[in-house]
Amino acid sequence: MDVLYFAWVRERVGLPREAVETEAATVADLVAELSAREERYAVAFSDMAAIRVALDQELADLDAPLQGVREVAFFPPMTGG
Amino acid sequence: MGVKVQAEDFDLGAELAALRAGRTDIGALVSFSGLVRDTAGGQPISGMELEHYPGMTEKALSQIEAEAHTRWPLQASLIIHRYGPLAPGDQIMMVATASLHRAAAFEAAEFLMDYLKSRAPFWKKEAIGAGARWVDARDTDEEALSRWR
Repeated sequence: MDVLYFAWVRERVGLPREAVETEAATVADLVAELSAREERYAVAFSDMAAIRVALDQELADLDAPLQGVREVAFFPPMTGG
Repeated sequence: MGVKVQAEDFDLGAELAALRAGRTDIGALVSFSGLVRDTAGGQPISGMELEHYPGMTEKALSQIEAEAHTRWPLQASLIIHRYGPLAPGDQIMMVATASLHRAAAFEAAEFLMDYLKSRAPFWKKEAIGAGARWVDARDTDEEALSRWR
């Protein structure tokens, strides 16, 4: 699936998007998997209360299932307007 | 109904004129525009960078707009939001709502603003001196949504 990062999450991970091969069942599982992979992910995901998630461009919860999802996005709380 | 996500500036007057062009049924037209301030928390800022999530942004704004139309008898509406580099004094975004009477137009415009601030995927980064910092979301922004639930 495609994993996208925005704002300071993008800066900490060090790239805007990447293709990830994963068997993770939920968003939280994917976060744990990435965080275990490299330090930069662990840093980006160190405070999950400050992270919002979108699955296929719809806001979702951390425990949301990933089955059938093509695009996962991680970003901080939004500050538009 | 209309949503525009663009880097370019917009002409508020022209947008409002286009929204009511040829129509005689609109009794109230409310608009709000957000501008880049030259200070943040007492510190001068030299500009800001607005990042967004292409695709989701348009979708989220259209959903918020459609929700406003189910809640109030709106005759027309428009949301424009810019992205990219902006300077103090620049227009960031606008919303406009048209209805028979002012109460619906005012309320719907506030609803659009409250939802857009916390639910549309935009992120502001302010340039301060030689550095830059991401703007933190405010608790009050999230609280503002509670009155619409």
